[in-house]
Amino acid sequence: MLGLGKKDFTLFLAVAAITLLAPFILNPFPTGSGLAQFNAGYPDLMQRFVIYGIFAIGFNILFGLTGYLSFGHAAFLGLGSYSAVWMFKLLSMNVIPALILSVIVAGLFALVIGYISLRRSGIYFSILTLAFAQMAYALAYSVLTPLTNGETGLQLTLDDPRVLDGGGRPTSLPVTELFGMEMRDTASLGLGAWDFTFGVGFYFCAVVMLISFYLAIRIFRSPFGMMLRAVKSNQQRMNYTGLNTRPYTLAAFVISGMYAGLAGGLLACMDPLAGAERMQWTASGEVVLMTILGGAGTLIGPILGAGMIKYFENIFSKINDAVLHQWFAALPDGLEDFLVTIIHPFIGKGWHLTLGLMFMAVVIFLPGGLVEGGQRVGRLFRRRDRKAGGAEAQAAEQRRTPAE
Amino acid sequence: MGILEVKGVNKRFGGLQALGDVNLSVAEHTVHAIIGPNGAGKSTLLNVLVGKLIPDSGSVMFDGKSVLGRKPHEINQMGISRVFQTPEIFADLTVLENVMIPCFARRDGAFRMHAFESVAREGDILGQAETMLADVNMLDKAHAHAGSLSRGDKRRLEMAMCLVQEPKLLLLDEPTAGMARADTNNTIDLLKEIKDKRPITMCIIEHDMHVVFSLAERITVLAQGTPLIEDTPDNIKGHPKVREAYLGEAQV
Ligand SMILES: Nc1ncnc2c1ncn2[C@@H]1O[C@H](COP(=O)(O)OP(=O)(O)OP(=O)(O)O)[C@@H](O)[C@H]1O
Ligand SMILES: [Mg+2]
Repeated sequence: MLGLGKKDFTLFLAVAAITLLAPFILNPFPTGSGLAQFNAGYPDLMQRFVIYGIFAIGFNILFGLTGYLSFGHAAFLGLGSYSAVWMFKLLSMNVIPALILSVIVAGLFALVIGYISLRRSGIYFSILTLAFAQMAYALAYSVLTPLTNGETGLQLTLDDPRVLDGGGRPTSLPVTELFGMEMRDTASLGLGAWDFTFGVGFYFCAVVMLISFYLAIRIFRSPFGMMLRAVKSNQQRMNYTGLNTRPYTLAAFVISGMYAGLAGGLLACMDPLAGAERMQWTASGEVVLMTILGGAGTLIGPILGAGMIKYFENIFSKINDAVLHQWFAALPDGLEDFLVTIIHPFIGKGWHLTLGLMFMAVVIFLPGGLVEGGQRVGRLFRRRDRKAGGAEAQAAEQRRTPAE
Repeated sequence: MGILEVKGVNKRFGGLQALGDVNLSVAEHTVHAIIGPNGAGKSTLLNVLVGKLIPDSGSVMFDGKSVLGRKPHEINQMGISRVFQTPEIFADLTVLENVMIPCFARRDGAFRMHAFESVAREGDILGQAETMLADVNMLDKAHAHAGSLSRGDKRRLEMAMCLVQEPKLLLLDEPTAGMARADTNNTIDLLKEIKDKRPITMCIIEHDMHVVFSLAERITVLAQGTPLIEDTPDNIKGHPKVREAYLGEAQV
């Protein structure tokens, strides 16, 4: 189906269903209940899940398949955002030309940066990419102010030309749209105690993410994908087998750069603003965390990792001491204060601490990331089946392919 | 003129003369063995042939073209495949994938952007790889992780990866080291069979004289980086110079 094997097609359908039903799935708690703050089913957050999902899917094509760890992919994310905003300023508020330019610009820069960085491997490659990204950040932050508007960030203004959208000076800032559908438009649905919100922007991003995911599966299952895994496994053997590793790694680098550019472009489509901080090394590190947390080299790992990190970033950073006091109100005052003091460093602005601990736990106990966790649970169930006399499960396990 | 002509090759590692004025001519469609004690420079010579090392001086001609200065993948595409002394395989991939990769390299060249084709639909390549695995008796392990194979199986796999490319010149660096006796005999049979099936030139480095004398048509004895003597197996057997080179080692 769609050129995918049965298993991959099922996986794709499952991801598609979960993504498209996300406004329901991520809103399990009734509005107004105490747990409603754990809901993630609002467009603003869900958009970020899928956009960073795209970023991580692309990053995984480079890191997961070839093993080359780039520490500078945020540069392409930022480039994508700047390109998109420029397109909104000069051409039109339609998101399609903006995204096309984002992908092209990020791809071109990836070609140059990759060409140079890939002359080295291992830690030297990582450092080179980091150096490039920090240079890009510095350029965007100060040197190239006419192009990037420096510290303030690139924004729309009332007197941008926008040649395709026709003349006339608008009275308010225009909004991003797709052939008339405004990205910020939402529809809501109330079902009993629940409220569900459906955003045009989210659904647009979701469709782009599903297309990106589909293409990634095709790449994973292609001879090209096999070559990339071979690069990770043994470059020496590749060379002595008549294969030139350089163009393979460069192609992977450019593809992942284009994914990052697309993600950056989408960020700008949802909120037409581009700042240099999007290129900072912390943003590059974040996508590394997402990929490893979910499971590098697996198909859905990066999406899971991206969702998990963006979820915790939002939810944990929203919890403050007042909320904690409310939770522990039933406890004796002394104990309540004690618990709040203990938990305080891990919430609000300190959510990075929680993230760090989570990341350590995954790397130590589940080196294959969340996907490995899932597989272990799955195997546990299958083992129970086998005890009940299921030889089938055993066969299934033997058929398990490495790059699930 | 042989298919491989090595002339006056020198290679120093610091103060060590690893190869000293090596001349070697390998005739097309023959099996040529290179023997010699540990550290004689046998592997170093192969490293020069496949582009891993650049010699300090000398020339290496293959099929009428110089290989010096070419990259390893270019040399392979000229028709030279090598089995390494310590197996070089794709340990993270399956056995079948390990054999498919050289098939792709042969069909598509050094690079091709086949990103949206499906491996599962490459019927020809799958067929080639499976036939090759059947030839080396490894079809039952096709879906195993290459890294989990025994040392002997890794060698057989690497040999399959080289053979499936149908190279003009196959370089084998101690192909049976670490193999059980039965596997060694199977390997000898396999190489004989390959040779009978189609024209191929082989250059084999071995310490196991049973393998050498079962396969080789010419033998070069290398000692301290320099060829001592080159002759037919019958004349090499019991040659005083060879005894001298191997003094204290296995009986030749
Ligand atoms: N890259 C290198 N750098 C420095 N010295 C090297 C290098 N490669 C080989 N040598 C040295 O060159 C000499 C020849 O090594 P080589 O591996 O060619 O021997 P060999 O004949 O293959 O021996 P063996 O039978 O043990 O495999 C040895 O003394 C070795 O230590
Ligand atoms: Mg050697």
